[in-house]
Amino acid sequence: MLSPILLSLKIATIATIFSFILGVFFAYILGKKNVPGKNIWETILILPMVLPPSVLGYLLLVAFGKRGIIGSFLLETFNIQIVFTWIGAVIASCIVSLPLMYQNVKSAFISQDPIYERAAQTLGSSEWKIFRTVVFPLAWPGIISGIVLSFARAIGEFGATLMIAGNIPGKTQTISTAIYFAVESGNTELANKLVMIMVLFSFALILVLNSWLKKRNYTGKQG
Amino acid sequence: MNTVGIYFRINKKLDHFTLDLEYEFERGVLVIQGESGAGKTTILNCISGLETPDGGRVSLDGRVVFDSAAGINIPTRQRNIGYLFQNYALFPNMTVHQNIIYGIKNKPEYKEKDKREGLLEYAEEVMETFGIAHLKKKHPNRISGGEKQRVALSRAIVTKPSLLLLDEPFSALDQQTKEAVYRQFTDFKKSFQIPTILITHDAAESEMFADSRILIKTGKIINS
Repeated sequence: MLSPILLSLKIATIATIFSFILGVFFAYILGKKNVPGKNIWETILILPMVLPPSVLGYLLLVAFGKRGIIGSFLLETFNIQIVFTWIGAVIASCIVSLPLMYQNVKSAFISQDPIYERAAQTLGSSEWKIFRTVVFPLAWPGIISGIVLSFARAIGEFGATLMIAGNIPGKTQTISTAIYFAVESGNTELANKLVMIMVLFSFALILVLNSWLKKRNYTGKQG
Repeated sequence: MNTVGIYFRINKKLDHFTLDLEYEFERGVLVIQGESGAGKTTILNCISGLETPDGGRVSLDGRVVFDSAAGINIPTRQRNIGYLFQNYALFPNMTVHQNIIYGIKNKPEYKEKDKREGLLEYAEEVMETFGIAHLKKKHPNRISGGEKQRVALSRAIVTKPSLLLLDEPFSALDQQTKEAVYRQFTDFKKSFQIPTILITHDAAESEMFADSRILIKTGKIINS
Protein backbone atom coordinates (compact mmCIF):
# COMPACT_ATOMS: atom_id res chain seq x y z
CA MET A 1 0.00 0.00 0.00
CA LEU A 2 2.93 2.29 0.74
CA SER A 3 4.47 2.15 -2.73
CA PRO A 4 1.71 4.04 -4.63
CA ILE A 5 1.61 6.66 -1.85
CA LEU A 6 5.35 7.29 -1.98
CA LEU A 7 5.35 7.31 -5.76
CA SER A 8 2.45 9.78 -5.83
CA LEU A 9 4.32 12.08 -3.43
CA LYS A 10 7.49 11.86 -5.55
CA ILE A 11 5.64 12.52 -8.81
CA ALA A 12 3.57 15.37 -7.38
CA THR A 13 6.61 17.03 -5.76
CA ILE A 14 8.70 16.97 -8.95
CA ALA A 15 5.72 18.03 -11.08
CA THR A 16 5.02 20.94 -8.70
CA ILE A 17 8.64 22.10 -8.84
CA PHE A 18 8.47 22.25 -12.63
CA SER A 19 5.05 23.85 -12.72
CA PHE A 20 6.28 26.41 -10.16
CA ILE A 21 9.24 27.40 -12.36
CA LEU A 22 7.14 27.50 -15.54
CA GLY A 23 4.14 29.12 -13.82
CA VAL A 24 6.15 31.95 -12.27
CA PHE A 25 8.05 32.52 -15.52
CA PHE A 26 4.95 32.67 -17.71
CA ALA A 27 2.93 34.64 -15.14
CA TYR A 28 5.63 37.31 -15.04
CA ILE A 29 6.17 37.46 -18.80
CA LEU A 30 2.49 37.33 -19.77
CA GLY A 31 1.16 39.27 -16.78
CA LYS A 32 3.63 42.12 -16.80
CA LYS A 33 5.10 42.40 -20.28
CA ASN A 34 3.69 43.17 -23.68
CA VAL A 35 4.45 39.94 -25.46
CA PRO A 36 3.27 39.28 -29.02
CA GLY A 37 0.63 36.55 -29.15
CA LYS A 38 -0.10 36.92 -25.44
CA ASN A 39 -3.67 35.57 -25.72
CA ILE A 40 -2.55 32.52 -27.65
CA TRP A 41 0.16 31.67 -25.10
CA GLU A 42 -2.29 32.12 -22.26
CA THR A 43 -4.89 29.92 -23.94
CA ILE A 44 -2.33 27.16 -24.47
CA LEU A 45 -1.32 27.32 -20.79
CA ILE A 46 -4.90 27.14 -19.53
CA LEU A 47 -6.11 24.57 -22.06
CA PRO A 48 -5.21 21.49 -19.93
CA MET A 49 -7.73 22.72 -17.35
CA VAL A 50 -10.66 22.33 -19.75
CA LEU A 51 -9.50 19.45 -21.94
CA PRO A 52 -10.77 15.97 -21.02
CA PRO A 53 -7.94 13.95 -19.40
CA SER A 54 -8.25 11.35 -22.18
CA VAL A 55 -7.57 14.00 -24.82
CA LEU A 56 -4.57 15.23 -22.88
CA GLY A 57 -3.32 11.69 -22.34
CA TYR A 58 -3.69 10.94 -26.03
CA LEU A 59 -1.82 14.11 -27.03
CA LEU A 60 0.96 13.24 -24.60
CA LEU A 61 1.18 9.73 -26.10
CA VAL A 62 1.40 11.21 -29.57
CA ALA A 63 4.14 13.63 -28.51
CA PHE A 64 6.14 11.39 -26.18
CA GLY A 65 5.51 7.96 -27.70
CA LYS A 66 8.39 6.09 -29.38
CA ARG A 67 7.35 7.53 -32.73
CA GLY A 68 6.30 10.95 -31.36
CA ILE A 69 8.33 14.08 -32.14
CA ILE A 70 9.69 14.51 -28.62
CA GLY A 71 9.60 10.82 -27.68
CA SER A 72 11.69 9.65 -30.64
CA PHE A 73 14.20 12.46 -30.09
CA LEU A 74 14.62 11.59 -26.40
CA LEU A 75 14.93 7.89 -27.15
CA GLU A 76 17.47 8.25 -29.94
CA THR A 77 19.56 11.02 -28.34
CA PHE A 78 19.50 10.21 -24.62
CA ASN A 79 18.01 6.71 -24.60
CA ILE A 80 15.21 7.99 -22.38
CA GLN A 81 11.76 6.48 -22.63
CA ILE A 82 8.81 8.48 -21.33
CA VAL A 83 5.82 6.25 -21.95
CA PHE A 84 5.10 3.74 -19.14
CA THR A 85 7.62 5.37 -16.79
CA TRP A 86 7.16 7.61 -13.78
CA ILE A 87 8.69 10.48 -15.81
CA GLY A 88 5.61 10.28 -18.04
CA ALA A 89 3.44 10.64 -14.92
CA VAL A 90 5.47 13.70 -13.89
CA ILE A 91 4.91 15.29 -17.29
CA ALA A 92 1.15 14.59 -17.16
CA SER A 93 0.87 15.94 -13.59
CA CYS A 94 2.93 19.00 -14.42
CA ILE A 95 0.79 19.88 -17.43
CA VAL A 96 -2.53 19.48 -15.60
CA SER A 97 -1.33 21.46 -12.57
CA LEU A 98 0.33 24.28 -14.51
CA PRO A 99 -2.92 26.23 -15.19
CA LEU A 100 -3.62 26.43 -11.45
CA MET A 101 -0.12 27.63 -10.70
CA TYR A 102 -0.18 30.11 -13.57
CA GLN A 103 -3.59 31.59 -12.69
CA ASN A 104 -2.75 32.05 -9.01
CA VAL A 105 0.67 33.57 -9.55
CA LYS A 106 -0.51 35.81 -12.38
CA SER A 107 -3.39 37.17 -10.25
CA ALA A 108 -0.90 37.86 -7.46
CA PHE A 109 1.43 39.71 -9.85
CA ILE A 110 -1.17 41.85 -11.56
CA SER A 111 -3.03 42.77 -8.37
CA GLN A 112 0.14 44.36 -6.97
CA ASP A 113 0.28 48.13 -6.90
CA PRO A 114 2.89 49.07 -9.56
CA ILE A 115 4.05 51.95 -7.35
CA TYR A 116 6.42 49.57 -5.50
CA GLU A 117 8.22 48.65 -8.70
CA ARG A 118 8.48 52.32 -9.58
CA ALA A 119 9.88 53.15 -6.15
CA ALA A 120 12.45 50.36 -6.51
CA GLN A 121 13.45 51.71 -9.92
CA THR A 122 14.07 55.18 -8.51
CA LEU A 123 16.21 53.53 -5.80
CA GLY A 124 18.52 52.06 -8.43
CA SER A 125 17.28 48.47 -8.75
CA SER A 126 17.57 46.40 -11.90
CA GLU A 127 14.51 44.52 -13.17
CA TRP A 128 15.84 41.23 -11.78
CA LYS A 129 16.45 42.79 -8.36
CA ILE A 130 12.96 44.32 -8.36
CA PHE A 131 11.57 40.88 -9.13
CA ARG A 132 13.57 39.22 -6.35
CA THR A 133 13.05 41.82 -3.65
CA VAL A 134 9.64 43.33 -4.38
CA VAL A 135 7.44 41.57 -6.96
CA PHE A 136 8.07 37.99 -5.83
CA PRO A 137 7.87 38.55 -2.03
CA LEU A 138 4.68 40.61 -2.37
CA ALA A 139 3.13 37.86 -4.51
CA TRP A 140 4.10 35.19 -1.98
CA PRO A 141 0.57 34.41 -0.69
CA GLY A 142 -0.62 33.88 -4.29
CA ILE A 143 2.46 31.80 -5.06
CA ILE A 144 1.86 29.58 -2.01
CA SER A 145 -1.78 29.09 -3.08
CA GLY A 146 -0.53 28.13 -6.52
CA ILE A 147 1.98 25.65 -5.10
CA VAL A 148 -0.53 23.98 -2.77
CA LEU A 149 -3.33 23.75 -5.34
CA SER A 150 -0.95 22.48 -8.03
CA PHE A 151 0.45 19.87 -5.67
CA ALA A 152 -3.06 18.75 -4.72
CA ARG A 153 -4.04 18.59 -8.39
CA ALA A 154 -0.85 16.70 -9.27
CA ILE A 155 -1.30 14.14 -6.53
CA GLY A 156 -4.87 13.48 -7.65
CA GLU A 157 -4.06 13.25 -11.37
CA PHE A 158 -5.56 10.13 -12.93
CA GLY A 159 -6.70 10.10 -16.58
CA ALA A 160 -3.72 11.47 -18.47
CA THR A 161 -1.31 9.68 -16.10
CA LEU A 162 -3.01 6.34 -16.75
CA MET A 163 -2.72 6.83 -20.49
CA ILE A 164 0.91 7.83 -20.61
CA ALA A 165 2.36 6.01 -17.62
CA GLY A 166 -0.03 3.08 -17.26
CA ASN A 167 -0.53 1.25 -13.98
CA ILE A 168 2.57 -0.79 -13.29
CA PRO A 169 2.70 -1.61 -9.54
CA GLY A 170 5.92 -0.35 -7.98
CA LYS A 171 6.85 1.53 -11.13
CA THR A 172 4.06 3.84 -12.26
CA GLN A 173 1.12 3.00 -10.00
CA THR A 174 0.00 6.13 -8.12
CA ILE A 175 -2.68 6.44 -5.41
CA SER A 176 -5.32 7.44 -7.96
CA THR A 177 -4.64 4.56 -10.33
CA ALA A 178 -4.26 2.14 -7.41
CA ILE A 179 -7.74 3.14 -6.15
CA TYR A 180 -9.26 2.63 -9.60
CA PHE A 181 -7.77 -0.82 -10.06
CA ALA A 182 -8.50 -1.84 -6.46
CA VAL A 183 -12.18 -1.09 -7.09
CA GLU A 184 -12.06 -2.84 -10.47
CA SER A 185 -10.64 -5.99 -8.93
CA GLY A 186 -13.06 -5.89 -5.99
CA ASN A 187 -10.39 -5.06 -3.36
CA THR A 188 -12.68 -2.68 -1.45
CA GLU A 189 -10.54 -2.72 1.68
CA LEU A 190 -7.50 -1.30 -0.11
CA ALA A 191 -9.68 1.17 -2.02
CA ASN A 192 -11.22 2.41 1.25
CA LYS A 193 -7.83 2.92 2.89
CA LEU A 194 -6.39 4.77 -0.06
CA VAL A 195 -9.50 6.93 -0.46
CA MET A 196 -9.38 7.81 3.23
CA ILE A 197 -5.70 8.80 2.98
CA MET A 198 -6.39 10.89 -0.11
CA VAL A 199 -9.36 12.74 1.43
CA LEU A 200 -7.55 13.44 4.72
CA PHE A 201 -4.42 14.61 2.95
CA SER A 202 -6.28 16.99 0.64
CA PHE A 203 -8.42 18.27 3.53
CA ALA A 204 -5.34 19.01 5.64
CA LEU A 205 -3.59 20.74 2.76
CA ILE A 206 -6.44 23.13 2.02
CA LEU A 207 -7.09 23.75 5.74
CA VAL A 208 -3.47 24.70 6.41
CA LEU A 209 -3.35 26.90 3.32
CA ASN A 210 -6.53 28.77 4.22
CA SER A 211 -5.49 29.45 7.80
CA TRP A 212 -2.04 30.59 6.68
CA LEU A 213 -3.47 32.97 4.10
CA LYS A 214 -5.82 34.50 6.66
CA LYS A 215 -2.88 35.22 8.95
CA ARG A 216 -1.03 37.27 6.33
CA ASN A 217 -1.07 40.87 7.46
CA TYR A 218 -0.01 42.60 4.30
CA THR A 219 -1.38 42.30 0.81
CA GLY A 220 1.05 44.38 -1.19
CA LYS A 221 -1.67 46.95 -1.74
CA GLN A 222 -1.27 50.39 -0.29
CA GLY A 223 -3.39 51.04 2.74
CA MET B 1 24.70 74.92 -21.55
CA ASN B 2 22.96 74.01 -18.30
CA THR B 3 26.11 72.87 -16.54
CA VAL B 4 24.80 73.89 -13.14
CA GLY B 5 21.34 73.23 -11.81
CA ILE B 6 18.29 71.42 -13.01
CA TYR B 7 16.86 71.92 -16.45
CA PHE B 8 13.81 70.31 -18.03
CA ARG B 9 11.89 70.77 -21.23
CA ILE B 10 9.03 68.33 -21.55
CA ASN B 11 6.56 67.73 -24.31
CA LYS B 12 4.10 64.90 -23.87
CA LYS B 13 0.66 64.31 -25.28
CA LEU B 14 -1.76 63.28 -22.54
CA ASP B 15 -5.40 62.20 -22.83
CA HIS B 16 -6.97 65.67 -22.62
CA PHE B 17 -4.12 68.10 -23.25
CA THR B 18 -0.45 68.30 -24.13
CA LEU B 19 2.16 68.81 -21.45
CA ASP B 20 4.46 71.46 -22.80
CA LEU B 21 6.84 73.31 -20.51
CA GLU B 22 10.42 74.33 -19.92
CA TYR B 23 12.13 75.49 -16.75
CA GLU B 24 15.54 75.82 -15.17
CA PHE B 25 16.56 76.37 -11.58
CA GLU B 26 19.88 76.28 -9.84
CA ARG B 27 19.21 75.15 -6.29
CA GLY B 28 16.63 75.18 -3.50
CA VAL B 29 13.03 74.11 -3.78
CA LEU B 30 11.03 74.57 -6.94
CA VAL B 31 7.34 74.28 -6.23
CA ILE B 32 5.06 73.21 -9.04
CA GLN B 33 1.57 74.25 -8.11
CA GLY B 34 -1.60 73.35 -9.94
CA GLU B 35 -5.03 71.75 -9.68
CA SER B 36 -5.37 67.98 -9.77
CA GLY B 37 -5.18 66.69 -13.30
CA ALA B 38 -2.96 69.56 -14.45
CA GLY B 39 -0.14 67.13 -15.31
CA LYS B 40 2.01 67.69 -12.19
CA THR B 41 2.82 64.04 -11.44
CA THR B 42 3.53 63.37 -15.12
CA ILE B 43 6.22 66.07 -14.99
CA LEU B 44 7.94 64.26 -12.09
CA ASN B 45 7.56 60.91 -13.86
CA CYS B 46 9.15 62.33 -17.00
CA ILE B 47 12.04 63.84 -15.05
CA SER B 48 12.65 60.60 -13.16
CA GLY B 49 12.34 58.47 -16.29
CA LEU B 50 9.29 56.51 -15.12
CA GLU B 51 7.49 57.94 -18.15
CA THR B 52 9.04 58.96 -21.44
CA PRO B 53 8.22 62.38 -22.89
CA ASP B 54 7.42 62.61 -26.60
CA GLY B 55 10.11 65.25 -26.85
CA GLY B 56 12.35 67.42 -24.71
CA ARG B 57 15.46 67.41 -22.60
CA VAL B 58 16.29 66.85 -18.93
CA SER B 59 19.66 67.60 -17.40
CA LEU B 60 20.91 67.45 -13.83
CA ASP B 61 23.99 69.58 -13.13
CA GLY B 62 25.06 69.25 -16.74
CA ARG B 63 24.43 65.49 -16.91
CA VAL B 64 21.87 64.92 -19.67
CA VAL B 65 19.52 62.12 -18.65
CA PHE B 66 17.00 62.63 -21.43
CA ASP B 67 17.32 64.26 -24.83
CA SER B 68 14.88 63.24 -27.53
CA ALA B 69 16.87 64.91 -30.29
CA ALA B 70 20.11 63.17 -29.31
CA GLY B 71 18.35 59.88 -28.55
CA ILE B 72 19.42 59.89 -24.89
CA ASN B 73 17.14 58.21 -22.36
CA ILE B 74 19.01 57.08 -19.24
CA PRO B 75 16.97 54.46 -17.32
CA THR B 76 15.37 55.60 -14.05
CA ARG B 77 17.67 53.45 -11.92
CA GLN B 78 20.75 55.25 -13.24
CA ARG B 79 19.42 58.80 -12.91
CA ASN B 80 20.16 59.16 -9.19
CA ILE B 81 16.91 60.96 -8.48
CA GLY B 82 15.15 60.59 -5.13
CA TYR B 83 11.38 60.28 -5.45
CA LEU B 84 8.87 60.58 -2.63
CA PHE B 85 5.58 59.20 -3.91
CA GLN B 86 2.22 60.56 -2.86
CA ASN B 87 1.36 57.46 -0.80
CA TYR B 88 5.03 56.91 0.09
CA ALA B 89 5.27 53.45 -1.56
CA LEU B 90 7.16 51.91 1.37
CA PHE B 91 7.77 48.23 0.66
CA PRO B 92 5.31 46.40 2.94
CA ASN B 93 7.43 43.24 3.02
CA MET B 94 10.43 45.04 4.52
CA THR B 95 11.12 46.70 7.83
CA VAL B 96 11.69 50.45 8.10
CA HIS B 97 15.46 49.85 8.19
CA GLN B 98 15.38 47.55 5.16
CA ASN B 99 13.33 50.15 3.31
CA ILE B 100 15.80 52.89 4.10
CA ILE B 101 18.95 51.02 3.11
CA TYR B 102 17.32 49.49 0.00
CA GLY B 103 18.72 52.16 -2.32
CA ILE B 104 22.13 52.20 -0.62
CA LYS B 105 22.57 48.51 -1.38
CA ASN B 106 22.28 49.28 -5.09
CA LYS B 107 25.22 51.68 -4.99
CA PRO B 108 28.45 50.27 -6.47
CA GLU B 109 30.33 51.56 -3.38
CA TYR B 110 28.25 49.24 -1.18
CA LYS B 111 30.27 46.31 -2.51
CA GLU B 112 33.47 47.82 -1.10
CA LYS B 113 33.70 46.92 2.56
CA ASP B 114 35.29 50.16 3.84
CA LYS B 115 32.82 52.38 1.98
CA ARG B 116 29.83 50.25 2.99
CA GLU B 117 30.30 51.21 6.64
CA GLY B 118 30.20 54.88 5.70
CA LEU B 119 26.99 54.47 3.70
CA LEU B 120 25.27 52.61 6.53
CA GLU B 121 26.44 55.16 9.08
CA TYR B 122 24.98 57.92 6.93
CA ALA B 123 21.66 56.04 6.87
CA GLU B 124 21.77 55.91 10.70
CA GLU B 125 22.46 59.66 10.84
CA VAL B 126 19.53 60.42 8.53
CA MET B 127 17.24 58.22 10.62
CA GLU B 128 18.37 60.04 13.77
CA THR B 129 17.80 63.41 12.11
CA PHE B 130 14.26 62.46 11.17
CA GLY B 131 13.55 60.88 14.55
CA ILE B 132 12.72 57.46 13.16
CA ALA B 133 15.66 55.43 14.49
CA HIS B 134 13.39 53.75 17.05
CA LEU B 135 11.13 52.42 14.27
CA LYS B 136 13.89 50.48 12.52
CA LYS B 137 12.51 47.02 13.11
CA LYS B 138 8.87 47.84 12.46
CA HIS B 139 7.01 47.16 9.24
CA PRO B 140 5.38 50.11 7.43
CA ASN B 141 1.85 48.93 8.28
CA ARG B 142 2.70 49.34 12.00
CA ILE B 143 3.67 53.03 11.89
CA SER B 144 1.67 56.26 11.62
CA GLY B 145 1.16 58.43 8.53
CA GLY B 146 3.64 61.06 9.68
CA GLU B 147 6.23 58.38 10.43
CA LYS B 148 5.70 56.79 7.02
CA GLN B 149 6.32 60.15 5.42
CA ARG B 150 9.60 60.59 7.28
CA VAL B 151 10.72 57.04 6.46
CA ALA B 152 9.94 57.61 2.77
CA LEU B 153 11.80 60.92 2.78
CA SER B 154 14.79 59.31 4.51
CA ARG B 155 14.75 56.46 1.98
CA ALA B 156 14.79 58.96 -0.87
CA ILE B 157 17.68 61.03 0.46
CA VAL B 158 20.11 58.45 1.92
CA THR B 159 21.28 57.67 -1.61
CA LYS B 160 22.43 61.31 -1.90
CA PRO B 161 20.40 62.05 -5.04
CA SER B 162 21.23 64.93 -7.40
CA LEU B 163 17.56 65.88 -7.38
CA LEU B 164 14.68 65.14 -5.05
CA LEU B 165 11.11 64.87 -6.31
CA LEU B 166 8.29 65.20 -3.81
CA ASP B 167 4.80 64.42 -5.05
CA GLU B 168 2.22 66.01 -2.74
CA PRO B 169 4.24 64.88 0.29
CA PHE B 170 1.84 66.37 2.83
CA SER B 171 -1.52 65.57 1.26
CA ALA B 172 -2.03 62.23 3.02
CA LEU B 173 -1.46 63.72 6.49
CA ASP B 174 -4.03 65.06 8.94
CA GLN B 175 -3.82 68.74 9.92
CA GLN B 176 -2.12 68.16 13.28
CA THR B 177 0.58 65.94 11.81
CA LYS B 178 1.07 68.38 8.96
CA GLU B 179 2.13 71.19 11.31
CA ALA B 180 4.91 69.06 12.79
CA VAL B 181 6.00 67.75 9.41
CA TYR B 182 6.12 71.29 7.98
CA ARG B 183 8.56 72.30 10.72
CA GLN B 184 10.68 69.28 10.02
CA PHE B 185 10.66 69.90 6.33
CA THR B 186 11.90 73.44 6.88
CA ASP B 187 14.82 72.02 8.90
CA PHE B 188 15.42 69.41 6.22
CA LYS B 189 15.64 72.10 3.56
CA LYS B 190 18.33 73.90 5.52
CA SER B 191 20.43 70.86 6.46
CA PHE B 192 20.40 68.74 3.29
CA GLN B 193 20.55 71.35 0.51
CA ILE B 194 19.37 68.93 -2.21
CA PRO B 195 17.75 70.59 -5.25
CA THR B 196 14.09 69.67 -4.88
CA ILE B 197 10.93 69.79 -6.94
CA LEU B 198 7.85 69.80 -4.75
CA ILE B 199 4.38 69.33 -6.14
CA THR B 200 1.37 70.69 -4.36
CA HIS B 201 -2.10 72.03 -5.00
CA ASP B 202 -1.94 73.97 -1.73
CA ALA B 203 -1.00 77.67 -2.09
CA ALA B 204 0.02 77.94 1.59
CA GLU B 205 2.53 75.07 1.24
CA SER B 206 3.85 76.65 -1.90
CA GLU B 207 4.33 79.96 -0.07
CA MET B 208 6.05 78.23 2.82
CA PHE B 209 8.67 76.21 0.93
CA ALA B 210 9.21 77.70 -2.50
CA ASP B 211 12.51 79.27 -3.51
CA SER B 212 11.07 79.39 -7.01
CA ARG B 213 7.60 78.55 -8.16
CA ILE B 214 5.63 77.70 -11.27
CA LEU B 215 1.91 77.50 -11.61
CA ILE B 216 0.64 75.10 -14.22
CA LYS B 217 -2.72 74.61 -15.86
CA THR B 218 -3.55 71.90 -18.42
CA GLY B 219 0.10 71.16 -18.97
CA LYS B 220 1.42 74.68 -19.44
CA ILE B 221 3.17 77.18 -17.19
CA ILE B 222 0.82 80.08 -16.62
CA ASN B 223 2.92 81.99 -14.14
CA SER B 224 6.47 81.74 -12.77
